Amino acid sequence: MSDERAAAIDVRDAVKRYGDFTALKRISLSIADNEFFTLLGPSGCGKTTLLRMIAGFEDVTEGAIFLFGDEIETLPPHKRPVNTVFQNYALFPHMTVQENVGFGLEMLGRSRAEARARAGEMLEMVQLSQFAARKPAQLSGGQQQRVALARALAPQPKVLLLDEPLSALDLKLRKAMQLELKHLQRDTGITFIFVTHDQEEALTMSDRIAVMSAGEVQQLGTARDIYERPRNMFVADFIGETNLLEVHVDRIAEGRALCHLGGGHALSCDAVDGVGVGARVHLSVRPERLALSAAAQGDESLAGTVREHVFVGTDITTLVDLAGGISLRVRSANSARASAQMFEPGAAVHVTMEQGAGRLLVD
Amino acid sequence: MAGGAASGGGPRADTYAADRTWLLLPAWVTLSILVLAPVAMMLVYSFLTKEFRGGVIWEFSLAAYDQFFFDRGLFGDEPPRIEWTYILIFWRSIWQAGAATLLSLLIGLPTAYYIATRPARQRAVWLFLITIPYWVNLLIRTVSMKFLLRDQGPLNDALLGLGVIDAPLSIVNTNLAVQLGLFYSYLPFMVLPIYAAVERYNFALSEAAADLYATRWVILRRILLPNVRPGIIAGCVLVFVPSLGSFLAPDLLGGARNFMIGSLIEEQFKGNAGNWPFGAAASMILLTLVLILLLAFARAQSRESR
Repeated sequence: MSDERAAAIDVRDAVKRYGDFTALKRISLSIADNEFFTLLGPSGCGKTTLLRMIAGFEDVTEGAIFLFGDEIETLPPHKRPVNTVFQNYALFPHMTVQENVGFGLEMLGRSRAEARARAGEMLEMVQLSQFAARKPAQLSGGQQQRVALARALAPQPKVLLLDEPLSALDLKLRKAMQLELKHLQRDTGITFIFVTHDQEEALTMSDRIAVMSAGEVQQLGTARDIYERPRNMFVADFIGETNLLEVHVDRIAEGRALCHLGGGHALSCDAVDGVGVGARVHLSVRPERLALSAAAQGDESLAGTVREHVFVGTDITTLVDLAGGISLRVRSANSARASAQMFEPGAAVHVTMEQGAGRLLVD
Repeated sequence: MAGGAASGGGPRADTYAADRTWLLLPAWVTLSILVLAPVAMMLVYSFLTKEFRGGVIWEFSLAAYDQFFFDRGLFGDEPPRIEWTYILIFWRSIWQAGAATLLSLLIGLPTAYYIATRPARQRAVWLFLITIPYWVNLLIRTVSMKFLLRDQGPLNDALLGLGVIDAPLSIVNTNLAVQLGLFYSYLPFMVLPIYAAVERYNFALSEAAADLYATRWVILRRILLPNVRPGIIAGCVLVFVPSLGSFLAPDLLGGARNFMIGSLIEEQFKGNAGNWPFGAAASMILLTLVLILLLAFARAQSRESR
């Protein structure tokens, strides 16, 4: 029986194998009702496979999937109360926009009048009412995207699956649609499961993110968790820009670890479970959590030489070479241009890390 | 207008207007020699007077068309009545060709779908297998078909052996035999265009329909078939038209009672017994009929897709 208090989607020990190749290695995750949940990862990580398993387009080799408490992994797609927004929209080219949007309701056995009325409502919601009689080919990419969205939302699915729906749009439109999707999710209260390879998109929209790689969930958490407290090398490297420094853990005391970088440099950071004294691991430091100064600031400043500046619009990234062949990226906001420009390439500088900005990585 | 694009005509301006005539010349020459000239010759011959030992006398006459449509008695002196013989042959031909087309579609569509949904390498093999029989002469294949279907042939032997039937089925010299012969002759012309259409079909559309609660049958009827319709239409035309004018299958498999237009026309040009103007006239009538059918079909299609 359907249980409204149960998780919207509960994936238990799901495995997907194609012959010898394992696309998903025993994945378990629980997605709450009303959540905007994102599966994030590079192509081939298994995120789309997992989404297609929830939709019913791929069999589950092992394990189970529950939708509000009902086991669904053996049901064919047309018996699952979930709808999908496809990557290239998959709008029916021979039907009008209105027929496309009303199709799901018609299939559910609603009267034509009801399907038409509801399609009209949905098109109003995505501001495409005046295009109801057109064929999909007569619409722009952004408009087609909205038709796909309206079509998937029209039957009022319990969960909406979105397979990289924004990847075909240009940057500006994509940004606008990200916000629109986020608002739509909040207003409708429908659980969204969003698949993307674009980390910025994931960070912008999601309540929670599952970062996937090689058929496994590498880390599951809020955008903030994942950005600021990456659990391993893959997550730190994949999400945003970071400095990955090879370190040796010298000492751990009172929850703080003192790490040796080589070249005589040392940094301290929060200790992490699974990393003990003597471990050779990586330390991740986001470039915007580092600052440049002429004089040393405290006893953990790293002395180095400015190699070059890279102008990226809102920010300036400065590459700094430290002794021992270590190279750091330091990012400062463009408004502080004056201070960044103080250091010409070749100038001696000190790099200081913000308190608590260093993150030791398991692996 | 050379260099016209620079003066604001846009990228679609016809830069090659001046060369167009020359570039099209090969196409025009080919069409003239292979299509226009033969049809023009046929049209002229249909209005000439027949020579009794085959051939024509260069004298204008409507006798051929008159003979096709009107019966004026044995000596040509009775008041004209409608001549049903040839009209019936035409009607039977359309019916036979239509049945063969339908049969090809029923078998060809699932075949094409099956091939198009195989992995790329298997597809090539299947297409090769479909076309292999067409390396053998049509006459040989049609004769073989007759041996296959005859009362003591392998088909009847197999059915008798399996106990499906008690007495051999008489298939040869029936309409069914002709339909089977035509079906076999032109099946690839049905399979190949549909295959091409299904191969281009975006299967994400089927998934989208299933996602929107459509059953497999509904997906086939409402999504797949409308999207591969151009291939189906092309296949039907490519099977129907040559079936209509075919004479090998009806002659060899149908016997005298199942005479079709193709045989009627063929007779007129064979040996000394022929009547060239009458054969030409029958050809012209057939051509007109086919064009009318195709035009009506095209009109219906464009009206529906609008």
